[in-house]
Amino acid sequence: MATPLVVSDVAKSFTMHLRDGIKLPVVAGVSFSIRSGECAVLGGPSGAGKSSILKMLYGNYAVDAGQIIVQHEDGLIDLATASPRTVLAVRRLTIGYVSQFLRTVPRVSALDVVAEPLVERGEDREVARGKARALLAQLNLLEKLWALPPATFSGGEQQRVNIARGFITQHPILLLDEPTASLDASNRDVVIALIAAKKAAGVALLGIFHDHDVREAVADRVIDVTAFAAGKIAA
Amino acid sequence: MTDEPLLRVSALSKFYGSRIGCENVSFDLWPGEVLAVVGESGSGKTTLLNCLSTRLLPSSGTASYRMRDGQFRELYRMSEAERRFLMRTDWGFVHQNPADGLRMTVSAGANVGERLMAVGDRHYGKIRATAVDWLSRVEIDEDRIDDEPRAFSGGMRQRLQIARNLVTGPRLVFMDEPTGGLDVSVQARLLDLLRGLVTDLGLAAIVVTHDLAVARLLSQRMMVMKDGRVVESGLTDRVLDDPRAPYTQLLVSSILQV
Repeated sequence: MATPLVVSDVAKSFTMHLRDGIKLPVVAGVSFSIRSGECAVLGGPSGAGKSSILKMLYGNYAVDAGQIIVQHEDGLIDLATASPRTVLAVRRLTIGYVSQFLRTVPRVSALDVVAEPLVERGEDREVARGKARALLAQLNLLEKLWALPPATFSGGEQQRVNIARGFITQHPILLLDEPTASLDASNRDVVIALIAAKKAAGVALLGIFHDHDVREAVADRVIDVTAFAAGKIAA
Repeated sequence: MTDEPLLRVSALSKFYGSRIGCENVSFDLWPGEVLAVVGESGSGKTTLLNCLSTRLLPSSGTASYRMRDGQFRELYRMSEAERRFLMRTDWGFVHQNPADGLRMTVSAGANVGERLMAVGDRHYGKIRATAVDWLSRVEIDEDRIDDEPRAFSGGMRQRLQIARNLVTGPRLVFMDEPTGGLDVSVQARLLDLLRGLVTDLGLAAIVVTHDLAVARLLSQRMMVMKDGRVVESGLTDRVLDDPRAPYTQLLVSSILQV
């Protein structure tokens, strides 16, 4: 099996310059890899650094040390040191991300929010909208909402828009930050099915799921983040 | 996607006597990329924008631009006439105050048509049809085409200025606080419009703003300036979500939550 994502010895801390420069260590010595077709889950209590790890893998947080090697197009790229332009290309083609909260743009409809990642990859807008409709229907989002900007949607509705946006493309790596947190049971089951389909399609998934049932249903293995607690590594 | 940048800027500095305007700024800009330059007033961001758009000449440093024939040209070695031609055809400049970028006493249609005539269009019917098309793209009704921008609201003026700049199909657009001075609802409409146009046309843009929310919405990359120097740069969401420099942390922590 291919291993499109290899993380080795990654460390992250925050330096709070407005608080006398105190340094908050988050994680250190983070090392794991994800294979195509598996779903690994980051485990550990709140504050252990699970989200920070996902954000580093998406280039959203800077990396203090270590390597994040990603199979991108025909080569390998170290995301920890890649230029912004390379990170953007990796996001467009290789790594997808479903964040916890939807960042809405004024006046853009839910349908176009979902279709956008496909359009960015060069898909025809109408074809992309067709796929967006199918996904929103599968996620039981009321059809009368599709043409509206999601800013005024409920938490669960926004989350389903966000999930559809993340799942619409065929990125070989998909990061999921609590995609089911505000969903009811039937929609959770839809997401579980979507994840299963991604696994079957050979996508490498890495997620955070606090919901025990969802985690049981999708996880092939759990990566214990407490093992990477920054305090545990002798300085 | 091309492998060569559109604009290469190296060690650009501008001094006003002994005072620093901007110092030692270097970056590359690729086609289709939107770069936000943020900082407080006096940080040097407008000086930088004016140097890049050759409205000001820098004290030192270079900037080369990839012309349509694929050749890089050194901006500050071009003749005045060549620079003016670039400004009229391949570049756009959107001013914070639309009155600086529009001719307030000629009609909206003429404001858009004038740029077309400057690149050699002479057919009146075609120019008018293109003007109508562009006014509708910036959501100005066709029946306002013969009105002067003096009779337009601030938001409409700004949209007209954008149409005037984009009608010639530029590859690079400079924007100086494009949403400054507008009501929030008008701002949102303009931002959405700009975002759509930049994506559809594959424009590269350099946007100067003090508004981090505007930068987040419009740009992929960001440079933070303070006292004329770039203190931090990177992907826009990385800079805003994980600011590293003390000054960027101050800026980000000063955003009011709604």
